[in-house]
Amino acid sequence: MSEPILEINHLTTSFRIKDEHYAAVDDVSLTVNKNELLAIVGESGCGKSALAFSIMRLHNRAKIEGEIKFKGQNITEFSTSQLNALRGKDMGMIFQDPLTALNPLMMIGDQIGEILLIHNKTLSANKRKGRVIELLNKVGIPRAEHVYNQFPHELSGGMRQRVVIAMAIANNPELLIADEPTTALDVTIQSQILDLMKELKEESHAGVILITHDLGVVAEMADRVAVMYAGQIVEIADVYTLFENPLHPYTRSLLNSVPTANEEQSKLHVIQGVVPSLQNLPREGCRFSARIPWISESAHEKNPVLHEVSPGHFVRCTCYKDFHFPDGKKEDKHHVIS
Amino acid sequence: MSFLEVNDLKVHFPIRGGFFGGTQGYVKAVDGVSFSIEKGKTYGLVGESGSGKTTTGRAIIGLNKITSGKVLFDGQEINDLHRASKDIRRDIQMIFQDPYSSLNPKKRVSDIIAEPLRNYEKLTKGEEQKRVQELIELVGLSPESSVKYPHEFSGGQRQRIGIARAIALKPKLIIADEPVSALDVSVQAQVLNFMQDIQKELGLTYLFISHDLGVIKHMCDEIGIMYKGRYVESGTKEDIFNNPQHIYTKRLVAAIPDINPRNRSQHLQFRQEVKKEYEQSFNKYFDSEGLAYQLQPVSNTHLVALPEKG
Repeated sequence: MSEPILEINHLTTSFRIKDEHYAAVDDVSLTVNKNELLAIVGESGCGKSALAFSIMRLHNRAKIEGEIKFKGQNITEFSTSQLNALRGKDMGMIFQDPLTALNPLMMIGDQIGEILLIHNKTLSANKRKGRVIELLNKVGIPRAEHVYNQFPHELSGGMRQRVVIAMAIANNPELLIADEPTTALDVTIQSQILDLMKELKEESHAGVILITHDLGVVAEMADRVAVMYAGQIVEIADVYTLFENPLHPYTRSLLNSVPTANEEQSKLHVIQGVVPSLQNLPREGCRFSARIPWISESAHEKNPVLHEVSPGHFVRCTCYKDFHFPDGKKEDKHHVIS
Repeated sequence: MSFLEVNDLKVHFPIRGGFFGGTQGYVKAVDGVSFSIEKGKTYGLVGESGSGKTTTGRAIIGLNKITSGKVLFDGQEINDLHRASKDIRRDIQMIFQDPYSSLNPKKRVSDIIAEPLRNYEKLTKGEEQKRVQELIELVGLSPESSVKYPHEFSGGQRQRIGIARAIALKPKLIIADEPVSALDVSVQAQVLNFMQDIQKELGLTYLFISHDLGVIKHMCDEIGIMYKGRYVESGTKEDIFNNPQHIYTKRLVAAIPDINPRNRSQHLQFRQEVKKEYEQSFNKYFDSEGLAYQLQPVSNTHLVALPEKG
């Protein structure tokens, strides 16, 4: 039933700082199926963007270990030209900031047309223009003929992001990676862009990886969710399980620190301490333990691994069994295990 | 009488151009905004980018020139802060959006926090140091932070340095311009909790500017919604979130993602209905230039920009 488009096995992406390699993505394994939206959530520095860039192989200095299988082929062994044949064709990417993702000196029509041209040299100029206009209409840009001859600076943020999406889906990719696609946008524009992405996904049955720090966006969009902390996946589950029965202390803390417009909490939960920097990451033991010091040492595993607690629901480390909030704080009602 | 009263505030920026660099027209960044804040309360100013919410905040503290209108602080007119008495200037402080660019990278934390003290109070070195240490402690940073530089801190810690600087002179009103927008959720929670704590402790009044309705609902007692330099709706938290009247407010509220995935399809449907209503009734709620009408009261606390009847 579910066909994996992307299979990642034990992926480690490390960067060299001085003479040492530090893993920004540490032993991550996950799959993305056809017509599935996998959300990757985490705070800045947790490695979620590094993971996305690793899949597209956009880091040129990073050391990549492990397997990235795209439709069964291990693309970590691909040459640059083989990768270029994939990028923008079978794999599309939507970037965070649409202004820096677009070339300011190229007209919108030419930018989108370029992607079509690179992957299909025989496409005539006329057909190409027709296809670009079709794409602009598809992503909901009014007066497509006019926008075709405009430059990025003439468009609003929301329209620019639509152009970036049009570029990403130009060649009907089977895998779409969206790295914080709405973070730079206003809320009303955000909801439009998210609705558009949903529609496009339904239509094309592509697999989508959505990277975000916004749990509201996750709740609206995702089929499955992977929560990342300090380079590792700490919890992975389908979206309903994750919001209704979150287990890992980090997931639960995160859910409790969001001020939501629906519910009134007098005090938000604060996670103690700070996210450790790449060089100061504890390489052994539970990486979250330093931020929940009231949980006894013995609750953690020596080498935390992902445990399957129910089908498809994985949690790292055993500390979730003993976890409670420090001051006996109640969790929001829909987050509590029912 | 209210603690801070803003009456028909206008901030227009001239557009220069043409052969002689003459004024070609005006950008009406803030166009007739009125509101008032009670002492000890938090007032939320909401709007999308370009709505004029930041300009309003900056005009109150004197960072943008006021074109017309009145700003009354504790009953005193403060339109021209440079001429206003020194006391007023120390009573109003600002927390800036980006903790990375609002702290001087070449100064130590102790100097950053001491700067307002040096401007307004004549303290000896020892007294100053003591005050700085107290402030550092108050915002929850370690004592040795005072000799460090801003780059040695994380985003949340930097924002707390910015807050320490803002509260150094024991102000009465703090204008917080998107104080948590640049921060991660867990850090955001830390800063918001902290702002609430010091509000109680020091009896502060906040003008809280943000585009994030979740944060606004969490923090504010009263809320004003801005669109293209004008108010479209204002009222208590309950008025705005439970009984939004203006189509723009409805749309903003509908656009907030619902944190419960079970409500997903329902919420999508609701959002689409509101979007349809927005498109259909745009002309009813906005004038021929696409701007909001004057505010009309619908209850004691609730004002909505509706066209005048007749």
